Amino acid sequence: MATRNDELQKKEATAPEGVERTRRRNVFLPNTDIYEDTENIYLVADMPGVDANHVDITLEKNVLTITGTVEEASPVGHELVYREYPVGDYQRAFTISNEVDRNGIKAKVKDGVLELTLPKAETVKPRQITVQAG
Amino acid sequence: MLLRMYDRPLGFGALSELERMRNEFNRLFEGFERRTPAGYPAMNLWASTDDAVLTAEIPGVDPKTISISVTGETLTLKGDRKTDVDEGKFSWHRRERPTGEFTRTISLPFRADAGKVEAKCSNGVLHIRLPRAEEEKPRKIEIHS
Repeated sequence: MATRNDELQKKEATAPEGVERTRRRNVFLPNTDIYEDTENIYLVADMPGVDANHVDITLEKNVLTITGTVEEASPVGHELVYREYPVGDYQRAFTISNEVDRNGIKAKVKDGVLELTLPKAETVKPRQITVQAG
Repeated sequence: MLLRMYDRPLGFGALSELERMRNEFNRLFEGFERRTPAGYPAMNLWASTDDAVLTAEIPGVDPKTISISVTGETLTLKGDRKTDVDEGKFSWHRRERPTGEFTRTISLPFRADAGKVEAKCSNGVLHIRLPRAEEEKPRKIEIHS
C-alpha cells in the first residue's frame, strides 16, 4: 500500500541550492514520458491545470526546462474538506544532447498534457549503409 | 467517508530530504510498465452547506471517455487513459505517466441529488458539482420566545 501512495503523490521539485522561487507556491515534478524514433525525440509531461498560455519552455545551453503555472481555482464559497493532492506549479529540467535541431522544437498542450517534439539534427539521423557483395 | 481510502493521510508541504532520497531511489528501480495505480485519480473535496465540489487531476484523459454515476452517497468515476502511441515503434527512455482504465468509487459526505450533478473537464482537471439532496440540507431552527 505504501508504494501505491507514493505513486499517487506528486513529487516536489527541488530548486538549486541557494536559489529561491519568486512565487510562494508548491512546485512539482510532472510525470514525464520520453521516447524517440529515427526522426524525433518526444517528451510528454502531465501538467493538469496548465493551458497553452501558461507553459514556458526554455532551452539554455543544453538544459531544457519546462515550467507550467497553475491558476488555483478554489470553488467560491466552499471549504476544502478532504485533500488527496496538492495544487501547485510544475517545473522540470532535462539535459539534452547536441543532436537536437534547436530551431525545430515544437510544443502543444492538450487536456493538461504538454507534448514536445524535438527533431534530431540531420547529422545524427541513422543512415542505411548497404553492404556490397564481393 | 473518503478517509477510509487510505491507511495514512497524504502529507502536504515539503518532503523531507530523506523522503526525497527514497523517491529518487525508488525511481531507479521502477518497472518499465506503469499502469494506473489503485486509488487513481487522487481527489479533493470541497463542501458548502448546499453542495460539494469534487476535483480530480486526470491529464490526457479524453472527457468523452469519462463516466460518472451517482447513487445516493456513492460516486463512481470511470475512465480510460489511452495512449495513441504505437509502443513498438519507439525506443523508450523514461516512462512515468500511468496508462490504462481506472475506476474509483468514493463515499460522499451527504446524499447528492443525482439529477442535478454537473461535471466539466478543463486542462485535465475534472470538476464535479454535487448538489445536496433537498431533504438533507441543513435547516435553520427558529427559537420561539
